Amino acid sequence: MMTIFRLILLTGLIVCAAATALTKKPMQAVIIYMAYSVIMSVVWIMLESPDLAITEAAVGAGITSLLLFLTLRRLNLIDRDEEHRKHEEESLREHASHAEQKEEDGHA
Amino acid sequence: MRNEKGLFRRWLNGQVDWSAMLEQDTPAAATTAAAETVPYHPHHDMASARRAIRCGQKAYTVLAIVLCLIFSAFMLLTVANLPSYGSDSAPTVNEVAERYVEKGTEETGAVNTVAGMILDYRAFDTLGESFVLFTAMCAVTMLMNVPGKRRVRKLDQDTMDYYQDPIIRTVCKLVIPIILMFGIYILLNGHLSPGGGFSGGAIMASALIIYALVWGGERASRAIPAKALRIIVLCALGFYACSKTYSFFTGANHLHSIISPGTPGRILSAGLILPLNVAVGFVVCCTMYSFYMYFRRGEL
Amino acid sequence: MEKLFTHLLENYEACVAVVLFVIGLCMLLFDRNLLKKVIGLDIMDTGTFLLLADRGYIAGRSVPIVTDGVTDMANYINPIPAGLVLTGIVVSVSVSALMLSLTVRIYKKYHTLDMDALYLMMSDRRKGGRV
Repeated sequence: MMTIFRLILLTGLIVCAAATALTKKPMQAVIIYMAYSVIMSVVWIMLESPDLAITEAAVGAGITSLLLFLTLRRLNLIDRDEEHRKHEEESLREHASHAEQKEEDGHA
Repeated sequence: MRNEKGLFRRWLNGQVDWSAMLEQDTPAAATTAAAETVPYHPHHDMASARRAIRCGQKAYTVLAIVLCLIFSAFMLLTVANLPSYGSDSAPTVNEVAERYVEKGTEETGAVNTVAGMILDYRAFDTLGESFVLFTAMCAVTMLMNVPGKRRVRKLDQDTMDYYQDPIIRTVCKLVIPIILMFGIYILLNGHLSPGGGFSGGAIMASALIIYALVWGGERASRAIPAKALRIIVLCALGFYACSKTYSFFTGANHLHSIISPGTPGRILSAGLILPLNVAVGFVVCCTMYSFYMYFRRGEL
Repeated sequence: MEKLFTHLLENYEACVAVVLFVIGLCMLLFDRNLLKKVIGLDIMDTGTFLLLADRGYIAGRSVPIVTDGVTDMANYINPIPAGLVLTGIVVSVSVSALMLSLTVRIYKKYHTLDMDALYLMMSDRRKGGRV
């Protein structure tokens, strides 16, 4: 029974980590990382180290995620992802066209 | 080099006008030479830089995939050669662990062997780790400090909305003392039960962070002044350093403390572990809180 | 070969740790967003911690907190990995705080978190052009 529970937890860990890697929006990645940390703290209890479970729950799920959220807020990435990406693509395209123009100028 | 490659491709496509090239030859060469004298400047126009990035990305992707595969293959091979999971005859379960568990309570007075280990046998390790936290705090201070009042207020303004909400305000008034109490409990019981300085400090910091989140950074910085935070961190680190470096002066091995371990299981036992736990807890609490404040408003 | 494979299945927890480490490494190498690189490093950290704690676990034994005066090693798991990991978790949070503050500074200067755009802008700036 415990083995099955442990396997479920470990599968959850891998799924959460992969989902964090595959999501496009940073906001979603941070939320999934929070879930990952909570699962991790249950895994620590399964491994008979409650010290680590308390620390991981307070530090990993609490403080690290909070800092990530604050960074997102500081960079205005919450709710404005689409707009931001558009802006980013635009600036990239601008750069590209600028470069191409230069290329043409160089070889004209 | 890359320019010549591009030239070759264009020549293949029949786009090169040689007479124009001949006329332009001298100034182009001159600019090339001028560009090459600038140090750390491998590309002399944007297009070649872009092309280099594209080539570099391909090479990078291939190399990174190879690196990942090699890494995972090696690590899986290592795991396959490790002793099996949960076995009691693994080489990690040696006389060191045995000593910590069997003599730990007697020698340090701590019932929680992990606390006895990290704050007594391996206290230097924890001292260094507290200094890592302190260094990170200094670095974040340097990077995130935003001087000037206007910027601070601009970052801070939407915090006040939470305070207007009666539900949030009331619940926080109820919850913050409880979280703080729980943190202090975990901090003081570190040698008796799971927990200790790190987790207790982080929980206390989370109570302070909720306070700063709801009541606003301005009020929080008045309630917990930056100077007080710095003094607390310095005192805690200084106390830790002084109380654990006595062996430099006495010159003996570290284990015999002047303070007796007391009766294991009592709250006032375990010699220096309780005050050291409190010191570590304060360092962690102040560091986490100041991380929050710097990320939130750029100022303590 | 088959023996190797069954041994891997036996050590499934360590395998999960390896998988987590590799996922974190892939995020660090392939993701272009700086913020997700930070999260990737955190995942790598937890993978390492999981491997360490897994090595300390002994089946059928309990937490190394001495109860009822029983101080026989046969009752408790290995406390050393727990102590190491406890230190590591707090160091990892300070490392990620440092990297996040660097990210904020980079964003303030270049207004993007994308590595390729950053590289373009940096080479542009080095050339003395506009940013």
